[in-house]
Amino acid sequence: MAQANITSDMMGQSFPHPDKWKWYHYFTFNIDHKVIGIQYLVTAFFFYLVGGVMALVMRSELATPSADLVDPNFYNAMLTNHGTIMIFFWIVPAAIGGFGNYLVPLMIGARDMAFPKLNALAFWITVPAGLMIIASLFFGGAQAGWTSYPPLSRITANTAQSMWILAITLVGTSSIMGAVNFIVTIWKMRVPSLKWDQMPLFCWAMMATSILALFSTPVLAAGLTLLLFDINFGTSFFDPAKGGDVVMYQHLFWFYSHPAVYLMILPIFGIMSEVIPVHARKPIFGYKAIAYSSLAICLVGLFVWVHHMFTSGTPPWMRMFFTVSTLIVAVPTGVKIFSWVATLWGGKLRLNSAMLFAIGLLAMFVLGGLSGVTLGTAPVDIHVHDTYYVVAHFHYVLFGGSVFGLYAGLYHWFPKMTGRMMNEPLGKLHFVLTFIGTNLTFLPMHELGLKGMPRRVAMYDPQFQYINIICTVGAFLLGISVLPFIINAIWSWRNGPKASGNPWNAKTLEWTTASPPIIENWNVLPVVTEGPYDYGHTPEPTEVSSS
Amino acid sequence: MKQIPAPLLTLTVGVVVTLVSLWVGFNHGLLPEQASAQSVLVDNFFDVMMVIGTALFLVVEGAILYSVIAFRRRQGDDTDGLPIEGNLPLEAFWTAIPAIIVIGLGIYSVQIFQDMGGFTPGDRMPDHGTMIAQSPDASLSGLVPEGAEPELLAKSVYGFGAPLEKEGMAADVEVNVSGMQYAWIFTYPESGIVDGELHVPVNADVQLNISAQDVIHSFWVPQFRLKQDAIPGKDTELRFVATKVGTYPVVCAELCGGYHGAMRTQVIVHSPSDYQSWLQSRIAQAEPTTPEAIAMNPTDMTDTEYLAPYGAEMEIDHQLLAHLAH
Repeated sequence: MAQANITSDMMGQSFPHPDKWKWYHYFTFNIDHKVIGIQYLVTAFFFYLVGGVMALVMRSELATPSADLVDPNFYNAMLTNHGTIMIFFWIVPAAIGGFGNYLVPLMIGARDMAFPKLNALAFWITVPAGLMIIASLFFGGAQAGWTSYPPLSRITANTAQSMWILAITLVGTSSIMGAVNFIVTIWKMRVPSLKWDQMPLFCWAMMATSILALFSTPVLAAGLTLLLFDINFGTSFFDPAKGGDVVMYQHLFWFYSHPAVYLMILPIFGIMSEVIPVHARKPIFGYKAIAYSSLAICLVGLFVWVHHMFTSGTPPWMRMFFTVSTLIVAVPTGVKIFSWVATLWGGKLRLNSAMLFAIGLLAMFVLGGLSGVTLGTAPVDIHVHDTYYVVAHFHYVLFGGSVFGLYAGLYHWFPKMTGRMMNEPLGKLHFVLTFIGTNLTFLPMHELGLKGMPRRVAMYDPQFQYINIICTVGAFLLGISVLPFIINAIWSWRNGPKASGNPWNAKTLEWTTASPPIIENWNVLPVVTEGPYDYGHTPEPTEVSSS
Repeated sequence: MKQIPAPLLTLTVGVVVTLVSLWVGFNHGLLPEQASAQSVLVDNFFDVMMVIGTALFLVVEGAILYSVIAFRRRQGDDTDGLPIEGNLPLEAFWTAIPAIIVIGLGIYSVQIFQDMGGFTPGDRMPDHGTMIAQSPDASLSGLVPEGAEPELLAKSVYGFGAPLEKEGMAADVEVNVSGMQYAWIFTYPESGIVDGELHVPVNADVQLNISAQDVIHSFWVPQFRLKQDAIPGKDTELRFVATKVGTYPVVCAELCGGYHGAMRTQVIVHSPSDYQSWLQSRIAQAEPTTPEAIAMNPTDMTDTEYLAPYGAEMEIDHQLLAHLAH
C-alpha cells in the first residue's frame, strides 16, 4: 500500500462507542456517516421498488389505448408519485445521501462528517416524508404530476396534494442540511496531506452538487409553500381569477427542478470517475478537466431552467437566451464523456459487474445527451415538449445514467460496505437484463413523441399501440431485472466470500482501511503519498547495493 | 490491420461515418407529415441535428465498443494500462468542437425561430402600451394614449406571431381557441361560429388567440410542429400557415386532469372553396353550435350552467361566465 500511516493525535479522544455496529444500530439515530450512508441506500432502494411498481401499473395501463385497467385519476396519481419517488426518494437520496455520506469522509481521510447529528437528522426526516408520499395515495393521491402546476394542483385532491408538498419540503430541508454538511466537510476536514488537486473526483462532484443544492432548493421550498397557502389558506399567489400568476410557479419550480437533474447526475459522474480508472487500470484522463467541468455544470445549470417553459408564458428573448445556455451545458458534459472514453482507451479493462454498468451508462448517456441537445433548442422543443420524446430523453439520462451509475457504485463499493464480495455471474445477468430492458423500454419512446403521442396520458391514439406494447414488455423486463440484484445483495451480504481491505487494488483512501471500515474509519489517519488514480506508473527504481 | 497507415484508416472511418450520418439525418422517418409552413423549417433543423448527432453517436459508441473489445484484460494479465493522464491539444480539441457545434446550432435555432414567427407574438398590439404597462415608473403613465383600454395595455402576449414579411399585418383568418377540461372550443369572431373542430383554409395566414378556462392546457398539432400552452389569466397566440389539405389531430399536451388523454379534436384544412362552403353552411344554420354540444357532456345545459362548476372552482364571477357564454 502506497499510503503510509501516522499516529493520529485524535486517538484516544473519541467518544465511547461499541467496537462494531450491530444490526439494530441501523434502525436508530446513529451518527456514524457509514451507518447513515447505508440507511440512505437501503431506504432509497425500498422506494425504488415502490416507484417501480407504480411504473409497471402505468405501463400495464398503456398496453391498450383505452383507459381500461385503472381509473384515469388513479393513473395520474401513479405517474405523479412515480416521478416524485424516483427523483426525491431514490436517486437523490441514494446518490447524495447514500454514496456521499458513506464515501466522502473515507475519501478525504476524515473520521466522520463535519456535523454528524445534522447528518442523522437529515436522513431521519426523509423517512416520514417518504411514508407521507405513500400515505397520500389513500387520500386520492396527488394527481398533478411531479411538476404540480397550479391551477390543476390547486383544485384536485387537496389533502393528498398538501401531503405531497409537505413531503417534498421535508426532503428539500434534508437536502439543504446535507449540502451544508458536505461543503464544510470537504473544505475543512481533509487530511492535511490531501490537496485540492489530489482529491478524488467523487468529492469534487459532491462539492458541485452541494453548491447547486444550496442555491436552488430554497426556491422550490418557496414556490411550494406559496402553493400550500393557495390550497389551504385561500391566498391567491397562483390563482389567476384573483390576480395570481400561474407562470410564476413554473419559474420557481424549474429554478430548482432543472438543477435537480444535475443533483441526480453529478454524483453519478463522480462515481463513474472512480469506477472506470480502477477497473480500466489507468489514470483518469483529464483529471482537472473533469473536476472543473463539474463546477461548470453547476454554474451553467443554474441558468437553463426556462427551457422547460418554451411553450408556456415565455417571452421570445428568454427562449433564445435559454436555448443558448442550455446548449452550453453540453460542452462540460461532453468533456467528461470524452475523458472517460479516453480512460478506457489503452486500458486493461476488467469487465466485471461494476465496470459493465459504468460502460453501459456511458453508452446510454451519449444518446440521452444528444437528445438533450435537440430538446435544448426552442424550435424542436416546441414540437416535442410534453411528449414521449421527453420521457425517452430523461429516462436515458436518469435510468440509463443515474440508475446505472448507482448500480456501478453498489457493485464497486459493496465489498467495502459489507466486507463481502458480490456474486459476479448474478451481477452480469443483472446487467444484461437491465441493459436490454432499458433500451427496449425507452428507445421506442423517441418515435412515439416525435410522431405525436403526448406524455401523462392514460388513453392514447390507437396508432401508437404497437410501439407502446414494446415499451411495456421492456418495462416488465426491467422489473424482472431487479431480482438477480436483490438475491445477489442479500445472499452476498450474508454468505459472500470475504473481501480484503482493497479487493480492486484501488488507490483512493477508502481502500486503505478495513472492509467494512472500523468505527471512526482508521486507527491512525492515513497520509497521502500519491494521487488517487496513479495506475500504471512504474515504481521508482530502488538502489540495490552491490556487495 | 497493422499494415494500413493510421491516417488512411481514420480517413476511411471518417468518410463512412459522414455518409451514414447524412443518410440517417435525411431518411430517419421519425417525424409525421409536414402540413404547415413552420413544419418545414423545424424538420430541416431537426435533420441537421440528426446528422450531427448520428456522427457523434457513431464515433463515441464506436470508440467505447472498440475499447471494450480491444482493451479487455487478457487472462492472467494483472498489469496496469498505460499511465496517460491527459493530452492538452486533444482536450482543447474536444472542448472546442462541441462548443462550436452548439453555438452554431444556437444561432441556427434563433434564425429558425425568427422565421417561424417566434419573435413577433402580439405584434398587432401597440407595443408602447405593453412597455408602459410593465414599467414601474408611474411618471410614464402620462404617455398612455387617452381613451386606450387599460386591459389592452396590461396584456403581454406569448406564443408565435406573424412571420417577418407579415409583421404588423392582420391574419387572413382569426380564431379564438378556448381550452377547458376536456375540450377545445373554437370561436370565429367575424362570423360568430362556434365549433369543436378547427376549420382553416389551406395556405392562409391563421391566427389563433388561445385562452384557458380552468387549468393549463396545451394546443398541439404534431403535423404543424407547433405547440402553445393555454394559460389561465394569460393571453397566448399561435399563427401559422397550413400548407396541405387534410385532417390532423389537435392534441392537449399539458396534463389537465384525469381525462387529459381524451382531450383531442381535429383541425381540418380545407381548400379555399371548401372552406367557403363550410363557412356558408355554418352561417346558414339558424343556431350556431354552442359549446355545450361540443364538450364531453352533451346535455341540455346552457353555457352558463355548464361552466358554473368550473367557475366555482376557479372562483370566476358570474358576470365573466355570462360573458364567456356569448
